[in-house]
Amino acid sequence: MKPALIRLQINHRTVEVVAGSSVAAAIAAAQSSAVFRRSITGQPRAAFCGMGACFECRVRIDGTGQQRACMVPVREGMQVICDE
Amino acid sequence: MNDRYDVLIVGAGPAGLAAAHAAASHGARVGLIDQQATAGGQVWRHDVRRALPALARQSMRNALDHATVDWLAQTRVVTGEDGGLLVEDPKSARLLHYRALVLATGARELLLPFPGWTLPGVTGAGGLQALAKQGWPLAGRRVVIAGSGPLLLAAAATARAHGAHVAAIYEQSSREQMQHFATGLWRWPGKALQATALKAKLLGVPYRCGSVVRRATGEHQLQSIEVDGPGGLERIDCDVLAVGYGLLANVELAQLLGCTLQYQGAHAVVETDRYQQTSVAHVYAAGELCGIGGRDTARVEGAIAGHAACGEGAAADRLLPARRRARHFSDALDRCFALDARVHALAQPDTLICRCEDVPLAALDGHTDARSAKLATRCGMGACQGRICGSALAEIGRFPRSGARPPLFPTRLSTLAGVELSHFHEP
Ligand SMILES: Cc1cc2nc3c(=O)[nH]c(=O)nc-3n(C[C@H](O)[C@H](O)[C@H](O)COP(=O)(O)OP(=O)(O)OC[C@H]3O[C@@H](n4cnc5c(N)ncnc54)[C@H](O)[C@@H]3O)c2cc1C
Ligand code: FES
Repeated sequence: MKPALIRLQINHRTVEVVAGSSVAAAIAAAQSSAVFRRSITGQPRAAFCGMGACFECRVRIDGTGQQRACMVPVREGMQVICDE
Repeated sequence: MNDRYDVLIVGAGPAGLAAAHAAASHGARVGLIDQQATAGGQVWRHDVRRALPALARQSMRNALDHATVDWLAQTRVVTGEDGGLLVEDPKSARLLHYRALVLATGARELLLPFPGWTLPGVTGAGGLQALAKQGWPLAGRRVVIAGSGPLLLAAAATARAHGAHVAAIYEQSSREQMQHFATGLWRWPGKALQATALKAKLLGVPYRCGSVVRRATGEHQLQSIEVDGPGGLERIDCDVLAVGYGLLANVELAQLLGCTLQYQGAHAVVETDRYQQTSVAHVYAAGELCGIGGRDTARVEGAIAGHAACGEGAAADRLLPARRRARHFSDALDRCFALDARVHALAQPDTLICRCEDVPLAALDGHTDARSAKLATRCGMGACQGRICGSALAEIGRFPRSGARPPLFPTRLSTLAGVELSHFHEP
């Protein structure tokens, strides 16, 4: 059985990923060298620990900032903003 | 909204699931919470492409489908006091009361600083495995796996199954240490089988012992790495470097509740008696939290804790021999993957140690404890609350981690405003 696809927007661009994917995975699928956030000195950062511990993957999801993209499953129509 | 449980369990990995099943089998009303959206913990993490092993599915059914078990996904513990936990889910916050509490919060990876470790493209080893299982695209990407421990093999196998080209695995332990371990593996036939199966999945992938990744380089994204191995320095181009140095217990909640910890090397685990009871009355701990032991240890300790939390000592007693056997294996693992001095010396003066606040190693010179370093440099003050840098600094011998403080995770203001902690003292 083919898994269902979910459509969401990453920085206003539509991406399609399999259901059950994390927002982190969708961001990486949208752009292969994606920047999730900037560090306080302006360095580009991306998902690192993959399991909710490091907070490097923080993005804005449906208007709420500082969400860990690796901990949130994708939902249809979700709006994700990274590297604000 | 308040809820009351006979047994409340934090963490739905192998340990928490086994505890829920055991407690529910005695008729207890069980609450099982996890901050993840799906149960299974680390080892049985939901994979978007592949079905879970039969044992995982069975363990989940046993716990989650039980009539007296409430499964609370995407729910994390913010703080706790005697008899109650304040938890938060994506929508709301609430207090959960318990007669007995089982902590099964598992382990995270030990991630150590080295030049270039903050570049996008560098992840943890188990970290990459977790990302891949949740759909992180790896098809056609050139991946190097490095660090230490059996998790490197599991991570490489997952990366490969998701279409990655795994260029090599670099293990810091020496060939002699590894051979010694491999020849002892016959004492755990199940583990030997797992090892053989993994080997088959990794056919053709070079596995290099005594090798440490010294630096990662790239403009805005990882491009290449430098490896220090038995044959000298080597430079390798890759898209992804997944590097992890083993596991450490998530003791923060237990620490907050006042459970006595015990140190295994630089890192703490929770101390328990034979029934998995911690130093705090009615609070039990099981699985990786009590010392890194893997899936089988987690399952048996979870079950012991679940029985004991219901006062069913006889049922717990029957499992004690299995627990002893499983723990022997983890002791052997520890000896084999002890970290080499080179690994402790990877960070350079300008290497960022605290990734949240961008604090370099040199800024920490002269500080002998986490508190003074924090006040002077903000090291450990960021969103991860020192989970990464604090553990790394303890490992490389700078200073021990500081104690846990509420909230355990950055929390919505409404969560803290909406409840008074005095509610915890309700009968
Ligand atoms: C990234 C990673 C990958 C791994 N891969 C493998 C593998 O492939 N094979 C293998 O044999 N072993 C693997 N392991 C080892 C693994 O630790 C054990 O095999 C096993 O999963 C331990 O079971 P556990 O129940 O003790 O903890 P875990 O499985 O770690 O479960 C703990 C659970 O508690 C939850 N939790 C923690 N704190 C809170 C909180 N405050 N609030 C709410 N929920 C919380 C976590 O979300 C997690 O789901 C891996 C470990 C890690 C860290
Ligand atoms: S990648 Fe570390 S918290 Fe998400």
